[in-house]
Amino acid sequence: MSTPPSESATREAATREAAEALTGVETTARSVAAAAVEPATGITGAQSLVRSLEAVGVDVVFGIPGGAILPLYDPLFDSKVRHVLVRHEQGAGHAATGYAQATGRVGVCMATSGPGATNLVTPLADAYMDSVPVVAITGQVPSGSIGTDAFQEADIRGITMPITKHNFLVTDAAEIPQRIAEAFHLAATGRPGPVLVDVPKDVLQATTDFSWPPRLDLPGYKPTTRPHGKQVREAAALIAGASRPVLYVGGGVLKAGATEELAELAELTGAPVVTTLMARGAFPDSHRQHLGMPGMHGTVAAVTALQKADVLVALGARFDDRVTGDLATFAPDAQVVHADIDPAEIGKNRKADVPIVGDAKETIAQLVTALRGEHEAGRTPDLAAWWAQLDDWRERYPLGYDWPEDGALSPQYVIERIGAIAGPDAIYTAGVGQHQMWAAQFIRYEKPGTWLNSGGLGTMGYAVPAAMGAKYGCPETTVWAIDGDGCFQMTNQELATCAIEGIPVKVAVINNGNLGMVRQWQTLFYEGRYSNTKLHARNADGTPKPVRIPDFVALAEALGCVGLRCESRDDVDAVIEKAMAITDAPVVIDFVVGSDAQVWPMVAAGASNDDIMAARGLRPVFGDNQV
Amino acid sequence: MTRHTLSVLVENKSGVLARVSALFSRRAFNIESLAVGPTENPDLSRMTIVVDAESQPLEQITKQLNKLVEIIKIVELDGEAAVQRELLLVKVRAPMAERTQVLQTAELFRARVIDVNPDTVTLEATGTPDKLQALLAVLAPLGIKEMAQSGTVALGRGPRSMSGAGTLRPVERSA
Repeated sequence: MSTPPSESATREAATREAAEALTGVETTARSVAAAAVEPATGITGAQSLVRSLEAVGVDVVFGIPGGAILPLYDPLFDSKVRHVLVRHEQGAGHAATGYAQATGRVGVCMATSGPGATNLVTPLADAYMDSVPVVAITGQVPSGSIGTDAFQEADIRGITMPITKHNFLVTDAAEIPQRIAEAFHLAATGRPGPVLVDVPKDVLQATTDFSWPPRLDLPGYKPTTRPHGKQVREAAALIAGASRPVLYVGGGVLKAGATEELAELAELTGAPVVTTLMARGAFPDSHRQHLGMPGMHGTVAAVTALQKADVLVALGARFDDRVTGDLATFAPDAQVVHADIDPAEIGKNRKADVPIVGDAKETIAQLVTALRGEHEAGRTPDLAAWWAQLDDWRERYPLGYDWPEDGALSPQYVIERIGAIAGPDAIYTAGVGQHQMWAAQFIRYEKPGTWLNSGGLGTMGYAVPAAMGAKYGCPETTVWAIDGDGCFQMTNQELATCAIEGIPVKVAVINNGNLGMVRQWQTLFYEGRYSNTKLHARNADGTPKPVRIPDFVALAEALGCVGLRCESRDDVDAVIEKAMAITDAPVVIDFVVGSDAQVWPMVAAGASNDDIMAARGLRPVFGDNQV
Repeated sequence: MTRHTLSVLVENKSGVLARVSALFSRRAFNIESLAVGPTENPDLSRMTIVVDAESQPLEQITKQLNKLVEIIKIVELDGEAAVQRELLLVKVRAPMAERTQVLQTAELFRARVIDVNPDTVTLEATGTPDKLQALLAVLAPLGIKEMAQSGTVALGRGPRSMSGAGTLRPVERSA
């Protein structure tokens, strides 16, 4: 650590005191009480909206006020719904997402019209891609001004149509309870997703009546949650007859709360399990049948198991390009059982031999029952040869990393140690890039809801605000944001929110001074021409200058956090433990790591999974006669 | 070209057309024609969408459409099981010397004259896209000054309807 101990200790104490003084008792009692819902007459639209939020059980909203939404903030001031004042609306959106992913409840964010609303676009697109239940409430210019290019007017309903599950423009204050109830229903049911409710200022100010519960009027919305029995039986027969089955588990299993059912199915089939980036934690990493993550940076065993499978059982997964690589050569011999709650996912990328539309929890439970029937009828597959093969790949190509030759700190080691010290009960969030992949690879996930990241959209800057939302929702749980120095510089302003609002997250900045993943691609595919990926201060010839811009320790402290730094292997455990011991203030550790570490294994974009590289220049030899 | 005609019942609310067209744009589906109008039920509108399902399978198009909350039902109205019509208004150059030829052509295609002046005649014709193409082909050498053509509208043949008793079978929601 570069900061002298005495100085840093003093700063820590001061920061902690400041945090205590500012937070007071506000951090306690966050449970969602059953709302007492009294009807009311002659109230404002804004009051009706706040009552509606109380009635659906919202305990926290992340947001920033502004002109058009100002009427709503007045009754919110008196509500038991807590509002966390963020520093940027993007932070509000990701915080709502982090809260939702950690708690399983709907996350809520709020913004004013125009720029406030457009700043929510990225987190809404992010939540849409990752199917996270989020409700966004935006103020809009008064109804009479819509379409006139009024001050702070933006057509946020039009803008967010392609990136929300649904959205509403409320035109009459009397509709408010119904629209809010519909928004939460749509966000949380079926395939979850973000829903935006845009409310013009005059609607918030109008006089109206409130009653609860309202009637939902969604005649076109009927998600299929119960799987078709015949399809389930066909799937069970296929699985029972497979000699090289793989359970390909996606984020839908976590969304459906189906991890216990999955464990039962896995044990019953004896089949190997792979968990996608969105499904890390859905099946314990410590389980013998778990081969790890498939995809572009998946384990050799997981990627190759999918390639060589004769039956793929996709559960709440969507055959994303990052998993399949070149689709034409993906899992060429496999018959596919595809279970998903969204019928449009089935057959979108890969033809399904047995399609099953339904909720993952119910589908897997019924699959278990049907499979028992197969087993009782004497149809139990022998997977010994398959496991011999899988174990061989696992042993020959385990996940690993080399230490940087220049003696710099290994980023993989840092992340591995955080996972080991914070343990499987902690929640981990990540930004996007190398650190995200290493966090997915080298932290051992044992429980659902402990790994939050931006999978589909790949949103840099997700980690800090998502950690804030997760920590708010799970105050007793340790929450680590594993972030890169590029990502961290996009959204670190929310650490001020964390410090002031009493949300003590821990941030590990994996600081390699570069946009690491892009640099890796430049190394591999652009002859090492590092065009615009160096974040560190540098001389005219591109060599680093010995000056820290920004100084993340000083930045952390300026934001009201405890700032720590670690530059050598010997200090890693101590600094992590020190951060673990600080529970009353946010902590940021600047881990200064080597800039040339790479993420392996890797399937190059668009390449076939058959061409996975275990490490640079090392292509596993599978010998196609092995299986 | 693989054309399919989809009849789509939607909630009669503002923004639905934008949602549908945005979906086609975002998913890179091709629309050949689109016609929107009221139905016998004031809460519902009917969109008749002719899609080119060569680039994307029809199944994916209907599944993505079905995910839109305001879409109630989708039925495919193709071939012999449905009647399909388009409306054409066409203004043809028709000086006195050539007017008879224009009028004879109109009669042949059962088109009606809806506006006349010394230089032009405006015809109204309905029919299948093929018939209207044929009419235009005959009129073209005479000189088409201007034309306006609607998208296809369609109904299923027989006693059944999309809503109400004995309904037409919707395009499967599930795979």
